[in-house]
Amino acid sequence: MNKLTTLHLKKFVISFGLLACIVAILIPSVGYTDELNSGDTSWILTSTALVLFMTLPGLALFYAGLVRSKNVVSVLIQCFAIACIVSVAWVVYGYSLAFKGDGAYIGDFSALFLSGIGRDSMSGSIPESVFIMFQMTFAIITPALVVGAFAERMKFGAMCLFSLLWFTIVYLPACHMVWGGGFLGQAGVTDFAGGLVVHLTCGVGALVAAIVLGPRKGFPNTPMPPHNRTMVVIGASMLWVGWFGFNAGSAVAADSSAGMAMLVTHISAAVGALTWMGIEWIKQGKPTVVGIATGMVAGLATITPAAGTVGPEGALLIGFLAGIICFYATQLIKSVLKIDDSLDVFPVHGVGGMLGIIMLSFLGTEGGFLGSAAAGLSDQAQGSSINQLLIQLKGIVVIGGWTAVASWLILKMIGLVTVLRVNEDQEYDGLDITLHGERSTNPE
Amino acid sequence: MKLITAIIKPFKLDDVHEKLTNLGVQGITVSEVRGIGRQKGHTELYRGAEYQVNFLPKIKIEIIVTDDMVEQVTESIIENASTGNMGDGKIFITNLEEVIRIRTGERGNNAI
Repeated sequence: MNKLTTLHLKKFVISFGLLACIVAILIPSVGYTDELNSGDTSWILTSTALVLFMTLPGLALFYAGLVRSKNVVSVLIQCFAIACIVSVAWVVYGYSLAFKGDGAYIGDFSALFLSGIGRDSMSGSIPESVFIMFQMTFAIITPALVVGAFAERMKFGAMCLFSLLWFTIVYLPACHMVWGGGFLGQAGVTDFAGGLVVHLTCGVGALVAAIVLGPRKGFPNTPMPPHNRTMVVIGASMLWVGWFGFNAGSAVAADSSAGMAMLVTHISAAVGALTWMGIEWIKQGKPTVVGIATGMVAGLATITPAAGTVGPEGALLIGFLAGIICFYATQLIKSVLKIDDSLDVFPVHGVGGMLGIIMLSFLGTEGGFLGSAAAGLSDQAQGSSINQLLIQLKGIVVIGGWTAVASWLILKMIGLVTVLRVNEDQEYDGLDITLHGERSTNPE
Repeated sequence: MKLITAIIKPFKLDDVHEKLTNLGVQGITVSEVRGIGRQKGHTELYRGAEYQVNFLPKIKIEIIVTDDMVEQVTESIIENASTGNMGDGKIFITNLEEVIRIRTGERGNNAI
């Protein structure tokens, strides 16, 4: 009896061993190459929450504080609605068009409604579900940033339609071209966390929207200062914290690249803030809290594309230049060109994004200027910063050009169907009470 | 009977009110107002741009007194609302035709 059992056991062990060998050989060929890394996964889960927190409530409060008291609710609901609209569109077709297929400009429809993506689907070392969520939060904040350009005057329905179309026609192709396997990424364009995909697109979209909609009634002669600077500082501070998920999360791993990204992000934010505040202090005699907060956002937007390749010294320089250039870009757009990009989305995000995209060609390259944490140039640059710069400029021209044309077309198309702006009476009374029937606060 | 209207700096209100109460003034009406005078406005800063804010916040107080109280009350307001700088405000004194207490219907000095 015992012998029989042993024999059976031997047979079992042998056949199990064989089976295990066969499985081991088969597994790679059926696509289970990536092993889940729980460290990576938990960091991207955390980053996802941080980046959503940047939009709600961070950006929403930042913008709400900057507008006049009669338009607070309108800005809050615009950010909120965009978060919901983009989430649905991302699941229905967005993720598929951004990250599936090997088209040069846009993905395909193979994962419509996220079909084929299951509990065990992997994306690198993390579950694909986590990657989908993480990227969704980037898709949410990008059109939400554009809100600052047309604040205080756009109709809510037109705004919803614009955001959905802009997400579809501008964001998805940009995301695919740079990150989703499209031709810019293959050409060697380096954009670590979204200098092109997020900040250039939202900046240029904002500039076009501000021009097409026209200035707010009274601009530029009537002062339109922020109604609540406390709210501005709360929102901006949330953006700073959330940005750690945005940049350090873009390593899509809990590794040394993520660590360095967090360090350089923080440095650039601090230096950008000090620089902007310093310029105001020298020019106007007073340092302002909206100034220091805006400089911080400029520093963060500018380091975003470079966070994976520059080192701490490079971050000091990037933050410093971000503070100066974004400050003067703001004066140029509002005071010289008289374009009412109401909350300065283009000069801070668009200009900052471009600046970072350009500067990363020179900073953080191996043997390059100020680059101790060099991740290096892309292979296509063949070791030359000038080659990398030309590649980066191509990215700016393609993404910036497409965004400008598409944003203009979208607004003109919506203009055929409905009115973009509220009427003068509604603008005077404020969007809160006229469009939403609510006020931010009800004084007794 | 006189109506004394005084425009004062907002942070002086508590002092003025306390001293008036000590004088026996029972009622005072206070409004938050804005205005411009010799003090002029101030500039507000927003992202590198400067805005002129012309009308500054002030407090307007209105007091009704019997004729014999006018001098004491105005002296008290001057003493307690003054900082010595421009923007301290002004006092206007006007004759009052009639005062009526709504609860009882009393008129004149009895209604003050």
